Amino acid sequence: MTSSSPLDITRRDFIAGAGSLTLSFALPSHAVAQSEEAGVVDQTAELPGSLAKAPLLDSWIRIGSDDTVTVFTGKAELGQGIRTALLQVAAEMLQVDASRVDLRTADTGQTPNEGYTAASHSMEESGAALLNAAAEVRTILVKRAAEQLGVAASTLSVENGVVKGGEREFSYGELVSDDTLHVRYQGLAGRPDPERYTVIGRSLPRTDLAAKLTGAPAYVQDLRLPGMVHARVVRPPVYGARLEAFDAAAVEALPGVLIVVRNGNYLAVVAEGEYQAVQAKRAAEAATRWAGGMTLPERSEIYDVLKRSQAQVGVIHRTDGGTRNAARRISATYTRPFQMHSSIGPSCAVGLFEDGRLTVWSHTQGVYPDRKAIAELLSMEEDDVRVIHMPGAGCYGHNGADDAAGDAALIARAVPGRPVRVQWMREDEHAWEPYGSAMTVEASASLDESGEIADWTYDVWSYPHSTRPGGAGNLIAGNLVATPFSLSPPVNIPQPAGGGDRNSVPPYDIPGARVTKHFVTDLTLRVSALRGLGAFMNVFSLESFVDELAEAAGRDPVAFRLAMLPDPRAKEVVSTAAESFGWDGWKAPSPNHGRGFAYARYKNLAAYCAVAIELEVTPETGLIRIHRAVAASDSGQIVNPDGVRNQIEGGIVQSASWTLYEQVLYSPERIESRDWSNYPILRFDAVPASVTVVPIDRPGEQFLGTGECAQGPTAAAIANAVRDAVGIRIRDLPYTPDRLREILQPA
Amino acid sequence: MVTMTVNGKTVSSETDPETPLLYVLRNELELNGAKFGCGLGQCGACTVLVDGRAAISCLLPLAALEGRSVTTLEGLGSADDPGPVQAAFIEEQAAQCGYCIPGMIMRTAGLLNETPDPNDEEIRAALQPNLCRCGTHMRILRAARRAAGRPSGEDGFAFAGERATGQAPAEDEETPA
Repeated sequence: MTSSSPLDITRRDFIAGAGSLTLSFALPSHAVAQSEEAGVVDQTAELPGSLAKAPLLDSWIRIGSDDTVTVFTGKAELGQGIRTALLQVAAEMLQVDASRVDLRTADTGQTPNEGYTAASHSMEESGAALLNAAAEVRTILVKRAAEQLGVAASTLSVENGVVKGGEREFSYGELVSDDTLHVRYQGLAGRPDPERYTVIGRSLPRTDLAAKLTGAPAYVQDLRLPGMVHARVVRPPVYGARLEAFDAAAVEALPGVLIVVRNGNYLAVVAEGEYQAVQAKRAAEAATRWAGGMTLPERSEIYDVLKRSQAQVGVIHRTDGGTRNAARRISATYTRPFQMHSSIGPSCAVGLFEDGRLTVWSHTQGVYPDRKAIAELLSMEEDDVRVIHMPGAGCYGHNGADDAAGDAALIARAVPGRPVRVQWMREDEHAWEPYGSAMTVEASASLDESGEIADWTYDVWSYPHSTRPGGAGNLIAGNLVATPFSLSPPVNIPQPAGGGDRNSVPPYDIPGARVTKHFVTDLTLRVSALRGLGAFMNVFSLESFVDELAEAAGRDPVAFRLAMLPDPRAKEVVSTAAESFGWDGWKAPSPNHGRGFAYARYKNLAAYCAVAIELEVTPETGLIRIHRAVAASDSGQIVNPDGVRNQIEGGIVQSASWTLYEQVLYSPERIESRDWSNYPILRFDAVPASVTVVPIDRPGEQFLGTGECAQGPTAAAIANAVRDAVGIRIRDLPYTPDRLREILQPA
Repeated sequence: MVTMTVNGKTVSSETDPETPLLYVLRNELELNGAKFGCGLGQCGACTVLVDGRAAISCLLPLAALEGRSVTTLEGLGSADDPGPVQAAFIEEQAAQCGYCIPGMIMRTAGLLNETPDPNDEEIRAALQPNLCRCGTHMRILRAARRAAGRPSGEDGFAFAGERATGQAPAEDEETPA
């Protein structure tokens, strides 16, 4: 369908050599604030989406005199299907067949700087930019044709990139000259009419799947460059350990080994063959002596550690009114352990250092910020570094991608002229990726005589949720080198999006509410952004607590929520999920069978999602079987309905895994979760029997992003269903069989 | 030297016979289908068929392949002409990042070789060794069902057995020794 596979581009560019680095596109340089991780897309800005950052039309769209249509986005395909959705947006507004559009994604050599592909912002930022830029390009070209024909533009129409309606027709290629699109976006096209959309709103099949499902080179792991060599990293046993002694000769003597890279506590091996590099890594591990290092907390004490650590404390939400009613006061404490991204493919990058310039192929979420960190790491100018995104295994936030890119850069400099492929082993990913923070929540509320919530107090403790680059100190390599860089101070992401406090503000009309965030800066395990940030834990806690209150008030949980929800779109999502599930009149078919419901609007300002779950608990084994999950969602104008369903189905299943199984294991000495045996995730025997997603379309409404709306509601719906099934409220994640057995079958 | 058949072609490799098959496939033969996931036989991203049965290629030394027949994802079809199992996965849009899917496809192909008409329990059980992190499981199950000749119209996937521990099956009976 699309003509461009990322690998074709990189290969072509590689062959083209330095010439490809000097393509002069209109790229304004922007400092990328780390806080954009979470930030709110500025809807008050003069220009739509990322046009505010890159206002020139040819930063986004180029049309060749040969009628080629090239579209650029600074966002990256992470498995979320963004490539296809953005292609649809551009094709729709340009009025060209999607199959004709060559879509180029994140590459500091050719695409606009859109910061990170994160926070469910891609459609809001890049989608909105392309929607409006493409509409304007079409308007400009139609106007040109009208001028040449001496007719009114309104009399002309466009069919697959050909302007028709006058005595003759013009293809777009005939209407452009070099600088036609080298102009600032002005908003000439007016508001689009969603009624006329023919490509937006259709479930166009993913344009990248046929290649990925048949073995065509598609991932950075598949990149094979002429003369490429293989590297492996050798990490310390724990954060902060010093490399006291290393017998390099023992490793250098092994077959195929080209070089051992040592720089302070940084150690890597490079070999001609990939398995030779693996063997050299194992030999190097045996030839090292490490000392010291950080003492990690006892896992059983982590929530106490969180609460007594140094923290920035702030009240982030307060409402007036309410009456404290001590007689009907309910209080609860919830916990969530450190959890990991743990992509199926460990991080990988390829670096090539040649003639003083560096190219890195990476599955990073942010080619520009990563370039900045790498340039700092190597004391290079940013202009001499190019970072090109290629897909990796699923992303879900700040994983090891940037670190691996830093590894590739550092190692490539030691092997100039030869491309170096760095592939982390499983334990490198499990033990060194930045985790989603351990968190704890204390909630307290009272009910008045009529069963309404009369006051509400909610405190959340969390480590940071973004330690992305940033500077070189945010890369593992930058920490380990002889002259280490310091970690940029973690960002306390402000409301309304929030970090650890994301979705901690109740979406309901509640008087006398106070929400307090405890931003813990005294770091222990390495942490950063994991899909949804604090929203997963806060929605789990808040929506569990709402159910606890509904139960105390003797009210139906869905009706209880609907009565407190002010937003009509929220109400519709809740009602749709409940109806699709068959909430009213549902009866448990057997003992230990329950249903649960939960709702959230992601970040309290993006996509709406409600989830209803029916499950069964086996008390003897502690096993939970999810029979049905039914979700309703509203993420604004839908570009690709199947893409929305895929993201929400995936969000539900991934969240079920987080909720039922996942916790990083560690002792004071080290991270103990080093592979899948000590970090189990959901397998096929526990996959729900059915998952149904009902997306509500909002034609013409702003894109709200879909990738992170389902995780929180799913966790709380499971919690509420377990309570319904077995009569016990479990406030600590995860709901492992061991924990359930212990609770349900006390010795 | 080890001689084997890969996707129908005879291949001889001088590589150290201890080298796991995965590295031979990916580097020597430049086949991308089998992916590195864990190197420990825990995730199934590297699954291929050996003599028609699903096998984990990251643990299987080249030496064990003498005279055997290996099929990788590429052996099932191409982007222009996908094989039936690949076509079923494409039809169901059964991927997010897609990294685990080659293993899922090979696992499904191996199942259908042995059990041409699997029920839902058998599909779940066959896929149990393979991990997906994006949560694409519902689509993978639908695709496997479609590949087995049951394209749609059925509600829900029956559960297989009583085990839902998150652990891989204990025995690895599909690795030929």
